[in-house]
Amino acid sequence: MPRRTVEPFVWLLFSGGGVAAALVLPVLLLLFGLALPLGWIGAPEYGHLLGVLRNPLTRLGLVAVCTLALVHWAHRFRYTLLDGLQLHRYDRAIVTACYGGALAGSVMAAYLLFIAV
Amino acid sequence: MPDQITLRVARYRPEQEEEPTFDEYDVPLRKDWVVLDGLNYIKDELDGTLSYRWSCRMGICGSCGATVNGEPKLTCATFLTAYAPGPVSIEPLANFPIIRDLVVELTDFMNKLGKVKPWLIREEEQPIEDGEYLQTPEQLDEYKQFSMCINCMLCYSACPVYGLDSNFLGPAAIALAQRYNFDSRDDGEHERLTVLSQPEGIWGCTYVGECSRACPKGVDPAGAIQRYKLTAAMAAVKSLLMPWGQR
Amino acid sequence: MSSQLGYARLYKPKVRLLWWLSRRSYLLFVLRELSSVFVAWTVVYLLLLVRAVSQGEAEYERFLHRAASPWLVVLNVVALAFVLFHAITFVNLTPQAMVLRVRGRRVPGRLLAVSLYLALFVVSAFLAWLVVG
Repeated sequence: MPRRTVEPFVWLLFSGGGVAAALVLPVLLLLFGLALPLGWIGAPEYGHLLGVLRNPLTRLGLVAVCTLALVHWAHRFRYTLLDGLQLHRYDRAIVTACYGGALAGSVMAAYLLFIAV
Repeated sequence: MPDQITLRVARYRPEQEEEPTFDEYDVPLRKDWVVLDGLNYIKDELDGTLSYRWSCRMGICGSCGATVNGEPKLTCATFLTAYAPGPVSIEPLANFPIIRDLVVELTDFMNKLGKVKPWLIREEEQPIEDGEYLQTPEQLDEYKQFSMCINCMLCYSACPVYGLDSNFLGPAAIALAQRYNFDSRDDGEHERLTVLSQPEGIWGCTYVGECSRACPKGVDPAGAIQRYKLTAAMAAVKSLLMPWGQR
Repeated sequence: MSSQLGYARLYKPKVRLLWWLSRRSYLLFVLRELSSVFVAWTVVYLLLLVRAVSQGEAEYERFLHRAASPWLVVLNVVALAFVLFHAITFVNLTPQAMVLRVRGRRVPGRLLAVSLYLALFVVSAFLAWLVVG
């Protein structure tokens, strides 16, 4: 067994995040970022949207997608900074900011979807 | 077609200069000439002091790698007419220390190659009387592509991760490890896992994919590395969930 | 510096800071990696939407109204382009990164990619139906 590194597990989350982001985010951004605000289609009734959000499967699914997508961003962005701008000496700070940010976002997602809604 | 083309060749003479410079040479532009023919013409007719590696001149020995107009190429496999009317700039392979002119220091790769144990590892050797280890054509197809590597180092030259950190194991070494991992006669996957599943091993790769683009033999090291990431990740999960039964 | 291998002096070239501008394929790679920033933005945006919904109908309406402001529209158009770029590159690279076997036979790469695009379409259609009702 190689000396226990966390890399393989982060990579699995990163990959899962890539899949989740690829399948789910385009349509959601299209709908809520453009189509609804710009009136391309009639906005769903507030009650309907709230109902969908309150469904336990939606809550779970959205928290999972948000968490995975944020880890995906954290992992990819970290390496982009390290390799793209040659900031290897700041790796510690970058790791904290990126994965820490992902963690914060995930906690926020869980709070919003399990408590606030 | 003009009958001459200018080659801007990088020179580095450590006994007389601190940094590489460029010398320009006009060589004949023949439609069947490759860059290597141009370099040989320079050495034979124009400037015998030019140093560069070559051997088979047919794309199998892996000796003649260089950076031609910014891209890693085998000089024996790159036609001059592709760059007409020129000039063509010829520099040493990127990401390697330069010894002289177009000759680079490749010992780092030699060390890395040894680390991944690119030979058949058996749990038990079959007795000689039992004959050869048999393999079906389907089993051969599993690893044949990765066995095509000629160690030309174009992939290391194309890889920005290796350029930034020479501790990175690199495309060819990992592809060659996979060549043995996928070989049905081999039992060494677990031994190679220790070397490969490291931050400076496969996890340093960010899937730029330039290595596969540069490879003249279609080895696809990028594919080999990504496939191994999944294998290594699964192995890590398995060892976490079921730590008993280690091979 | 004299190396222990006995050469006069090895020259070690330095990698330029903007190495990724030197080749089109490098630039496309960096853009692909930067798409992750817009993936993160989309998550943040969706969470802001969820917060608005949780605060009542008026807040939801106000959110949609603010989302129509020019700068935000521009940002979301750019974000959508990058999120799609992420999806497309992710699907296109999967066959190279993963060899799938069904009943011992290797699944052709193109079939795998087409299946993923189909999955993208089906999931998108389902989510659209779910939202619009």
